[in-house]
Amino acid sequence: MKFFDKTEWSLLYALPVLIILLFALPTWLVNYVQVSMGMGLVALAVMIQMRAGLVSFGQGLYFCIGGYTAGMASKFWNISDIFVILVIAIVVTVAVSGILGFLLRRYREIFFAMLTLAVSMILFALLSSSHELGSTDGFNLPQASYLGWHPEGETGSTVLFILTAILTLACAILINRFLRGPIGKIIEAIRENELRVEYLGASAHVSVHVLYMIAATISAIGGVLWSMALGHVTPEMANWTTSGQFVFIVILAGTGNVFAPLVGTLILEVLRVYAVEISPNTWQMILGIVMLLTIVFLPKGLWSLFERFVKRLSSKEPAA
Amino acid sequence: MTTTVAIILDGFGFAAWLFLSSVGLTLIYGVMRILNISHGGFYALGAYSAAWAVGLYTQTGNTIALTYLIIPLAAIIVGTLTGLLVERGLLRFMYGHEEVLMVLVTYAVFLILEDATKLIWGTESYVAYQPAYWLGTIDVAGIPYTIYKFLIIGIALAVGAGLYWGLNRTRAGKLLLVVIHDREVSAALGINVTLFFTVTFVIGTTLGALGGALTAPEISVVPGIGAEVIVMAFAVIVIGGMGSVGGAMIGAVIVGFARALSVHLYPPIEMFSIYLVMAMVLAIKPYGLFALAEGRKI
Amino acid sequence: MSVILETKGLEKTFDAVVAAHNINISIDAAEVIGVIGSNGAGKTTFVNMVTGYLTPSSGEILFQGKDIAGLPTREITQMGICRSFQIPQLFPELTVLDNLLIALTIANRGRKGWLTPAVDEALTDKAMQILARFKIEEHADKLITTLAQGVRKLVDIAMATVPEPSLLFLDEPTSGVSAEEKMSFMATLIDALQATDTAVLFIEHDMELIEAFAPRCIAFYEGTILADGDTAGVLDDAKVREFVIGSEFHRKATPDVADIREQAKG
Repeated sequence: MKFFDKTEWSLLYALPVLIILLFALPTWLVNYVQVSMGMGLVALAVMIQMRAGLVSFGQGLYFCIGGYTAGMASKFWNISDIFVILVIAIVVTVAVSGILGFLLRRYREIFFAMLTLAVSMILFALLSSSHELGSTDGFNLPQASYLGWHPEGETGSTVLFILTAILTLACAILINRFLRGPIGKIIEAIRENELRVEYLGASAHVSVHVLYMIAATISAIGGVLWSMALGHVTPEMANWTTSGQFVFIVILAGTGNVFAPLVGTLILEVLRVYAVEISPNTWQMILGIVMLLTIVFLPKGLWSLFERFVKRLSSKEPAA
Repeated sequence: MTTTVAIILDGFGFAAWLFLSSVGLTLIYGVMRILNISHGGFYALGAYSAAWAVGLYTQTGNTIALTYLIIPLAAIIVGTLTGLLVERGLLRFMYGHEEVLMVLVTYAVFLILEDATKLIWGTESYVAYQPAYWLGTIDVAGIPYTIYKFLIIGIALAVGAGLYWGLNRTRAGKLLLVVIHDREVSAALGINVTLFFTVTFVIGTTLGALGGALTAPEISVVPGIGAEVIVMAFAVIVIGGMGSVGGAMIGAVIVGFARALSVHLYPPIEMFSIYLVMAMVLAIKPYGLFALAEGRKI
Repeated sequence: MSVILETKGLEKTFDAVVAAHNINISIDAAEVIGVIGSNGAGKTTFVNMVTGYLTPSSGEILFQGKDIAGLPTREITQMGICRSFQIPQLFPELTVLDNLLIALTIANRGRKGWLTPAVDEALTDKAMQILARFKIEEHADKLITTLAQGVRKLVDIAMATVPEPSLLFLDEPTSGVSAEEKMSFMATLIDALQATDTAVLFIEHDMELIEAFAPRCIAFYEGTILADGDTAGVLDDAKVREFVIGSEFHRKATPDVADIREQAKG
């Protein structure tokens, strides 16, 4: 048996492509690619939960925990080493999601949506009223360092971009493996019929708990990478409207493949730049309308369209 | 002593606002099983239209007294029309889908309403303090308290009583309980389920708009108030038990007092306290205090 | 024969309603038992209690000597008690094969790491073998939602056998199966199950099927056991005739099961 499947090979090939883009594209566009990777991990986290039928309207919680861990580590302890920050962020996230998981794993459907939202709003409220952390304005982050190496300016952003790309793709590969693995199968079954899952001898609660913690962890990694790239964090990261955008990306892109939310985020980010410039007060309205159209006409998202397209290509090949 | 009185007054004040802002949400969920995120959008629409109408009216220099009619009227017009538009134009085509999908649909509606509000009224803030100011204040145990707040408490009680009466004492209300219990059977009995859905949705959205409209004189109306209120409303109806009007009232009182207590005793945890009581309630009763019963599946 | 399941004084009340009262049943290994009783007699309540879906109000459920009353369903499944459902409980948006693969994945749980692909050739082969045992391998790639009720019933039962139970409850296995096909359906089923030495308790409204396939029969009435013993005796019991079967049913000579089995195989 081959070690990597098609998706995983594509993710591996994506790394050199991203590095070429880094040097080929104009800086402002590279910035969007970089920012989209961080956000894409959060969208991926929303996507894997949606595989279990769980809609998280509070994934921003862990996005924000990642960002603020990076910020607070540098602000209070003078740590700017991205590897140390990642480790701290993951430890904090595993602890928080491990505890919250005991509460949330009991809930499904709208209750899960509502409670994840409420929980992330707690953090939003706490950060918004914390003067030491800049209240609603947040605060700035220093440039990242790497095991004692402090690259400045252009080199710094190049290194961060490459590290972001490596981590994002590595997370995507691991998530793809996880989805193909036993728990990945069980969560799919939970979406379909939880009663039967229990009657087959598996604990739906434990599987959801594990899923929730994994989703939290990659969201936090995304949060660290995103805020390091941007150099700034605000409580908005935990606001439910931010989480709503991740839900939007997954609805639009579909849950068929780990690539879908990553690419979906990038497309959305680039579109947003233009849309907000042309007409700042209709961006959300466009999102809403696109979301309704997707739900009605393309319930499995854009990825299903892409899949059908690929299928048609490959079915034509032998004939040609 | 003064702190205690202040906590009690503010507790009921917050509770009245919370009840008015969330009862429409729980009503729609109870009848239609739709968790209506766009409720926040209706709240904002109500607040903007009331603030805008009051602003226009006060420029004419006539008596402020009439604004107490203008506020509910603005809410009723905008809540009913927009509610009808959303239900007839969109939601009715989506009935029968999973509850979670309906959440996403109403989220999309929320996004659309947010921008629609911005397109109509712009992004600057609206202030319509006159109705709150005009009634003056009274002293309660040495604390000046605006009479407008008492008015809102009165309206909240009236809305609660009205809904109770409507649901339990009228023919339509009793039929509605049948619809809630079993849609298919009620359709087979010749009850016009579609009509009940439309009317319920419109009443729910109008209540949401009313909540916003009545709050408008006390705040400055700015973009984003809809997104804020929906979170509070969730907390209230989760505590009370989704779909229960009585539960929403109890939930509003609990959240209102939690907030009043923290505001007066330890302000930094004001927002935190709301979620704290919610977490405590859910730890004991996972589906809220007055949750609707679920039937046996096998 | 050794006793694998024994219930003692099992009770279940919902508020004022008594759903099960003083249920004492003992089941031997590899036994086949038919359960009869009108709707609401407490048959499914009994199954729900033994499999952990409901917690008994009082009484004991001893499975291989251990009291399992009130344990969660998954633990009872892991110990070796499984069930099928009156309304098939499947993963409707997936194919028949995927349904079986998930069942096998869960049964294999713990033997593979989280990041190891759950499905491989060996597992797929195993799933196809199970489908073949129930004669539904031709439906492997169809979505559950596209299947006829009878096939769904078989998939549901096939899923219940995946954890390799030593005791299996079948809740009205032939409901939704057409009258002509019921006999051959049951023959396929009982043959597939007896190959594994599983004790089977099936709830059934068709007395002919009870006679044909169950050497022992238990009759439920208003939450209690009206009669329990060899099938012929129970079906002839005066009380059972009055309260459960109705007097119109006349016992025929036992149908020739061997014949039916031959037909089913053909």
